[in-house]
Amino acid sequence: MRYSGFKVIKEALTGHKGWLPAWRDPEPKAHYDIVIIGGGGHGLATAHYLASVYGQHRVAVVEKGWIGGGNVGRNTTIIRSNYLLDGNEPFYEFSLKLWEGLEQDLNYNAMVSQRGIMNLIHSDAQRDAFVRRGNAMILNGADAELLSEAQIRQEYPFLNFDDARFPIKGGLAQRRGGTVRHDAVAWGYARAADRRGVDIIQNCEVTGFRVENGKCLGVETSRGFIGAGRVGCAVAGNSSRLMEKAGMRLPIESHVLQAFVTEGLKPVLPGVITFGAGHFYVSQSDKGGLVFGGDIDGYNSYAQRGNLPVVEDVCEGGMAIMPMIGRARLLRMWGGIMDMSMDGSPIIDRTHVDGLYFNGGWCYGGFKATPASGYAFAHLLARDEPHETATAYRFDRFRTGHMIDEKGMGNQPNLH
Amino acid sequence: MIINHPLLGPRDSAEFVYLGTSNLMDRPDPETATPEDWHDYAYLRDNPAGPHRELWFHEGGDRSILIVTRDTTTHEISSVELARNPGAQV
Repeated sequence: MRYSGFKVIKEALTGHKGWLPAWRDPEPKAHYDIVIIGGGGHGLATAHYLASVYGQHRVAVVEKGWIGGGNVGRNTTIIRSNYLLDGNEPFYEFSLKLWEGLEQDLNYNAMVSQRGIMNLIHSDAQRDAFVRRGNAMILNGADAELLSEAQIRQEYPFLNFDDARFPIKGGLAQRRGGTVRHDAVAWGYARAADRRGVDIIQNCEVTGFRVENGKCLGVETSRGFIGAGRVGCAVAGNSSRLMEKAGMRLPIESHVLQAFVTEGLKPVLPGVITFGAGHFYVSQSDKGGLVFGGDIDGYNSYAQRGNLPVVEDVCEGGMAIMPMIGRARLLRMWGGIMDMSMDGSPIIDRTHVDGLYFNGGWCYGGFKATPASGYAFAHLLARDEPHETATAYRFDRFRTGHMIDEKGMGNQPNLH
Repeated sequence: MIINHPLLGPRDSAEFVYLGTSNLMDRPDPETATPEDWHDYAYLRDNPAGPHRELWFHEGGDRSILIVTRDTTTHEISSVELARNPGAQV
């Protein structure tokens, strides 16, 4: 069933009796050409691009809970491509371009809103760094705009410009950045993949891999063995737990990142704002809540909830740049589990097992990467070679010294 | 989280800096280690869901490094030892 304005009107006039489930609930088959583990944004996007771009139709996505129940439903919904390094920027710009055409591609309203993102500048050194980053973005075909303090005062008059410690001196804007309705991304990809014949199998936990003579033959699951020509893992947050079943140790630690949303307010915040002197980012959802977050808690965790010191730190960041946020009441806060990699960048690569492929290490930047991650992983699974924008995301970069360390922090995951 | 420091008693975890797994104390022998050993030591992690032995540096206190055994699924701390003398009764 194709969604359209005409369909909405027709259903409104006929009592909404014609809507069908957006995807099927199939029983697992004995064998698929490709099995993807993880029904989150990245796994479902991979399935969609496998079916729509790479002509693969015997594909299954297996998910231990329900689709979209992990980090794709727990993030702060920001999309952007304001990266510096060569290994990253073409990939994230490819992702932003896919976001721009996503709703037509999926025939699904994901509420992609290019309301712009602005990184605030608080010192001369930071301006130099942001000018460099903006130039790197433009060289890679993205958009970037350096704004003066006066320009920002016009757009965001309520910010704390004259703070004694961190005055706002300007900003680097990416107008094509913005926000997306995060759950709709999972649902839209699931529906689009399902319509092309992909089986989405929920409540099906992978308990192991069947490997013979160094070749992966399929996955053992709570609903029995499922054979596969190739297996792709996209379970960021739990990557280490899953890949341990294939005998791998990963360059990844799992950390908890908290996010927050206030009560619904009238429109006050037109775009996405990030604080340059601390770690704080905020946008306003279409429902009116201010959605914001900051740093990871900084210690290994699988608990999906964080602790109070980071709550305090995030709220201090918010008060420092946007004092009016102190008048809003916090409605909800939650935590998600991040694959924090050793250089802060992701991995989309083969493994030492033939036919077993890995996608993970997204740190806390996985949401914006969803389309390109799915596309690049589909390319790798279908062609057995990396997509041109993801050639740097290899396991062996730690061995060969080709790390992609945007922040220059070294192998300390809680600092990325 | 409250970390029960063996010398100073219960302290707020915000006084500490988290340094990662206690496996980092098992540094490869520079005389015999291969580049592969260093790669594994520096970059690979067990990252378990459950009890995890990890290093916390008391930066805002006595600057000791502690080995904390903490469950990563609940954040419950089951034991705290001084890293320079693990297992010792203080």
